[in-house]
Amino acid sequence: MCTYTTVQDRVEGSAKGPEGRWLRLSTATVYFDHPVHAMAEHTLNIDLADPAGGPAARVGIELTPASARRLVAAIEAALASVPAELSA
Amino acid sequence: MSELNAQTIRIQGHGGEEIEAYLARPLGSGSRGGVVVIHHMPGYDRGTKEIARRFAELGYDAICPNLYWREAPGAAPDDAAATARAQGGVPDERLIGDVSGAASHLRSLDSSNGKVGVIGYCSGGRQSVLAACNLDLDAAVDCYGAFVTGTVPDGFPLRVTNLVDQLPNLRCPLLGLFGNEDKFPTPEQVDELEAILKDNGKEYEFHRYDDAGHAFFSVDRPAYNVAAATDGWARITEFYLGA
Repeated sequence: MCTYTTVQDRVEGSAKGPEGRWLRLSTATVYFDHPVHAMAEHTLNIDLADPAGGPAARVGIELTPASARRLVAAIEAALASVPAELSA
Repeated sequence: MSELNAQTIRIQGHGGEEIEAYLARPLGSGSRGGVVVIHHMPGYDRGTKEIARRFAELGYDAICPNLYWREAPGAAPDDAAATARAQGGVPDERLIGDVSGAASHLRSLDSSNGKVGVIGYCSGGRQSVLAACNLDLDAAVDCYGAFVTGTVPDGFPLRVTNLVDQLPNLRCPLLGLFGNEDKFPTPEQVDELEAILKDNGKEYEFHRYDDAGHAFFSVDRPAYNVAAATDGWARITEFYLGA
């Protein structure tokens, strides 16, 4: 499916990228489209990137829809488990 | 004919800018047609280069411009595709200029008979139709291109619109290959495309495959569909022979 669907937002944090290098992230691009590697026809894809570091400065994630929803739930649960002042 | 040469070259793309392209040619002299291969949204990848080599094996000079060269020169195809997507995708005007440059390169080859066709997959399917509405090409193939017709949802950061207003300008015969299980484009959107082409007296040939979804030509993806891809290649071969 070539949906073109793309959502982008700014993020702040780090991720471990190519060759074990840590990246300082500034963008998250989220889309539902062809995976490059996952064995599914369509996946929820997330590119966590540091565009200033060039095209390779990213962590690419391809999740089945069910996995993506479980990840969202896990993130929400982790955030909800700590005092609000820590996770604001 | 099975001996061929394939190499990475530079060509003049939109605005006279130099871009990378993959050129595959049969060995030996002779007069033959050319094919511009427009890669899918995941980029200028190994699978697309394989398609270019297949056209060379079929007896054509084939070229695939790297549409993401400007955003990500020299990057891995998946990184380049991610970068291009994050920056809004390929503008239509630039695509037309890049395909024009690729077609000119093919026509400049000493083996050229002057005829150049275009083929595109996925987003490239739409771009193949776009090129055929704006450039002097001899045949166009649209493999499951989304948003040739249909409505692009609001809020897409990608620069994509449908091509309904451009279809009356289609300048060459169009072969369309679609999966009936596809959602982008849906069978109804393919119906709409067919109706517009018919109303405008355009020459077209559509084949639609049951049990096939999007990207059924992609040999390295679960979407690959042997029956649809095999018949599709036969249709493409026949279509270009008649062009």
